[in-house]
Amino acid sequence: MTDAVRLHFLVDGEDFTSAGQASVQVKKNLRQLGIAPEIIRKVSIAMYEGEINMVIHAGGGEADVLIYEDRIEIELVDRGPGIANIDLAMQEGFSTAPDNIRSLGFGAGMGLPNMKRYTDSMHIESALGEGTRILMTVRL
Amino acid sequence: MKISEIKELLKAEVVCGEESLDREVGSACGSDMMSDVLAYVKDQAVLLTGLVNPQVVRTAEMMDMVCIVFVRSKCPTEEMIELATEHGMVLLKTQKRMYEACGKLYANGLGGNGERK
Ligand SMILES: Nc1ncnc2c1ncn2[C@@H]1O[C@H](COP(=O)(O)OP(=O)(O)OP(=O)(O)O)[C@@H](O)[C@H]1O
Ligand SMILES: [Mg+2]
Repeated sequence: MTDAVRLHFLVDGEDFTSAGQASVQVKKNLRQLGIAPEIIRKVSIAMYEGEINMVIHAGGGEADVLIYEDRIEIELVDRGPGIANIDLAMQEGFSTAPDNIRSLGFGAGMGLPNMKRYTDSMHIESALGEGTRILMTVRL
Repeated sequence: MKISEIKELLKAEVVCGEESLDREVGSACGSDMMSDVLAYVKDQAVLLTGLVNPQVVRTAEMMDMVCIVFVRSKCPTEEMIELATEHGMVLLKTQKRMYEACGKLYANGLGGNGERK
C-alpha cells in the first residue's frame, strides 16, 4: 500500500473560541490535495463536530487525519470523562451540554448523529473516567 | 440574488468582504444554533444569525457558506472578521431582527431550500 498522508493536531480544551482550528486546517489541506468538494464537506463537518465535542465534553484531545488512496480516516482521541451510554449519546437531541454551551450555539445533541450521517463508517470506543476514541472513515 | 441585494433589502452594513458583493447566492438559513446549522443545512450560501463568536464563522466555513448576516445589530469581533476575511466570506450586519430579516429575503425570492441531506 502506498503511504498515507497523515495530519496530526492537538486540540486545546481550554479555549472554546479556538475550537475548530484543526478542522479548518484539514479543509485547507484537502483542497490543496485536490480532493472532491463533496468529500471535503463530509470530512470537515464530521471532524468539526468531533473536535467541538472534544473541547466541550472532554477537555481537548488529539486528532489524526489519514488520507489514503481510497479513503480518509479521522481518528479523535481524548482523555475526558468518557461516554456512559453510547447508544443514548448517538440519539438525536441527547445532550449533556450545560447552558453556557447552549448560549454559544452548541449542545442540541446533533453532533454524533451528524458525524455518522456524513461518514461511511463510524466507530466509538469509550470508557468512563478514561476517555473516548472515535474512528470515522469517508470513502473516496 | 446578489449579496449586494441582501445588503440593500436589509439596509445592512458591510463589515468585510466588500469585494465579493457581486456574488450570486441561491438560498439562506436563519439560526442561532450552530448545531442545527451543521445538521440541517444543505447548500444554503447565507447564514442569518444573532449569535456572535468565532464558531459562527467556522461553522459557516465548514458548510461552504459565503455570507453571514448578523441581525439585531450584533457586531462581529476582530477575530471573527479576520477568520471571515481569510475564507473570503462577506459579513453583513443589520438592525433588523431575525424574523423580519429572513422574511424580507424570503419574500424577495431568496428561498430556504432546507431539506436534509
Ligand atoms: N468526546 C466526548 N467525551 C465525552 N462525552 C461526549 C463526547 N462526545 C460526545 N459526548 C456525549 O455525548 C452527547 C451527545 O453528543 P453530540 O455531539 O451528539 O451532542 P452535543 O455535543 O451535546 O450537542 P451538539 O453536537 O448538537 O452541539 C454529549 O452531550 C456528551 O454527553
Ligand atoms: Mg456535539
